[in-house]
Amino acid sequence: MALFFDISVICILILGIRNFRQPCGARIGNTMAAFALLCAFVLVLYRHGVVDVGTVIIALLAGAMIGYVAARAVNMIQIPSMVAFQHGAGGVAAFLVSFVELTRDAYHLDVVSEISGVLGLTIGSLTFSASIIASAKLANKMRQAPHILPAHRTLVLLGIAAIFAVGALSFYVPNEILGYVYLIQIVLSAILGILFAVRVGGADMPVLISFLNATAGLAAALCGMVIGNQLLIAFGATVAASGSILTHVMCKAMNRNLLSVFLPPIKPQNEATKRGSSGGVFFAQPVSKEISVVETEDAFAAAADILKQAHSIIIIPGYGMALAKAQFKIVELAKLLSKNGASVKYAIHPVAGRMPGHMHVILAEAEVEYGDLLEMDAVNPLFKGTDVALVVGACDVVNPAAIQSDGTPISGMPILTVHDAEQIIVCNLDKNPGYSGVANPLYENNKAIMLLGDAKASAEVLIESFVTMKGQDNDEPNHPIRNRPLSHGRR
Amino acid sequence: MTNLILMVGVFVTSFVIGYLLISRVPTLLHTPLMSMTNAISAVTILGALVLFSQPTNTPEKIMGSLAIITATFNVVGGFVITDRMLRLFKGKHTESNNT
Repeated sequence: MALFFDISVICILILGIRNFRQPCGARIGNTMAAFALLCAFVLVLYRHGVVDVGTVIIALLAGAMIGYVAARAVNMIQIPSMVAFQHGAGGVAAFLVSFVELTRDAYHLDVVSEISGVLGLTIGSLTFSASIIASAKLANKMRQAPHILPAHRTLVLLGIAAIFAVGALSFYVPNEILGYVYLIQIVLSAILGILFAVRVGGADMPVLISFLNATAGLAAALCGMVIGNQLLIAFGATVAASGSILTHVMCKAMNRNLLSVFLPPIKPQNEATKRGSSGGVFFAQPVSKEISVVETEDAFAAAADILKQAHSIIIIPGYGMALAKAQFKIVELAKLLSKNGASVKYAIHPVAGRMPGHMHVILAEAEVEYGDLLEMDAVNPLFKGTDVALVVGACDVVNPAAIQSDGTPISGMPILTVHDAEQIIVCNLDKNPGYSGVANPLYENNKAIMLLGDAKASAEVLIESFVTMKGQDNDEPNHPIRNRPLSHGRR
Repeated sequence: MTNLILMVGVFVTSFVIGYLLISRVPTLLHTPLMSMTNAISAVTILGALVLFSQPTNTPEKIMGSLAIITATFNVVGGFVITDRMLRLFKGKHTESNNT
């Protein structure tokens, strides 16, 4: 009978996840998953009972309130930071539960539970510290660039060795000092988490955050093994599966393997000099800016002209667009363009944004229909027949060097083949290379018009000139778009 | 020993079923997916609840409460954010030329 209930609850969860195959069913799926968790909660409550009801209720209310308030307060750009923080919270819960179970029942627990407990401690604590670092980096509370400490690689390997040693030691020490050994284990794991998280830079965050998703699930499953609760194990394993898939997808989209993201290169200094001295296309040096005001104005006029003539336009948004909070203006421009008779689509690279699928959410917030968001594989063949590719705040994901030259840090990374379009308009802050440090030959392409500066301001200029031009041509006095409230959707 | 086999079995089965289902989730929904699975990973709240099924001493009570608070934060926050995100996704049928 007990098994029947467990399986029913797991089935509700699975059905919920199954609903995530389509955007229209996903909301119901989310509610079903929440319901499954509630059922599991009630089942455990019913089976085990609670001695200290007051404390539990207060803790539940406190957590729920903080969670609700925080969830209502974040905007879509902050989502990755918030999700990372929540991974951290999951990690804390996992290592606390493992710790209490281990120290309380050390003599009752069998070996399996003890091993799971020690692993739960380690992975929970590691998830916690790494998530906090990831969250701080994503919220810009910390410098986003990779921090590489002296002998970083050795430190990480030493940390892993120490964790194994202390973990093994915990099976041989007397019960009186066992608690302290576990504490050391928690601290060591936390340090290891920090060590590998500080190494990860801004654009690699999607990998880290997906990986932490997987470890948070694994920590939960291990927690379930300590107390022998099948529901916990099943739920945790599902999350671990999800995190693993996303990690794999992200690594593939960046043509990197997990180790190269987390571990620094073996000889970082050499790597840096090699990059600088070898020259060629990927000379990692800022391109000097020599753009006069007149030229810039000309560029804007030319760009507006091209956009007006275009029948098919593909917009390529990058994280730079989100940073400049330009998405609402870009969408406004896109609506103007489609009213002008052009077909406007968005091409989204899998690693645009700071977590898997982040750009989709940012554009959804700006009221773009998801049917207009095209994935890389679907959109790349379309660039050949496209009049204008409008790049907004993206660099590495449209860098032809990735597929045209060998030996650059991004060689082999799949890109959006923007260079196939008839015309290219680039609204980037400057001509500097993106996160990878590889200069973008696209900027020197004679099909490309560079609109340098803040993407939001550039979009405003384009909208302005577009509206004026349209007014002159069609004698259309009212411009509904101009009178619309601008920044909607920000809560 | 049978216990271990059962637990590993549950883990592997859930992992495989989860893997098969989740690999069919479109990129479009990856952020909400992660946010939701993140909420599910706070299922450790069940573990925290089990802690309180026996009398606790003060340190255990503090750690247990902290575990419940962080896990509930994670659950409630995760599901609410996911719902907010999913509400933003609009398909063709909701298209309106609101001029």
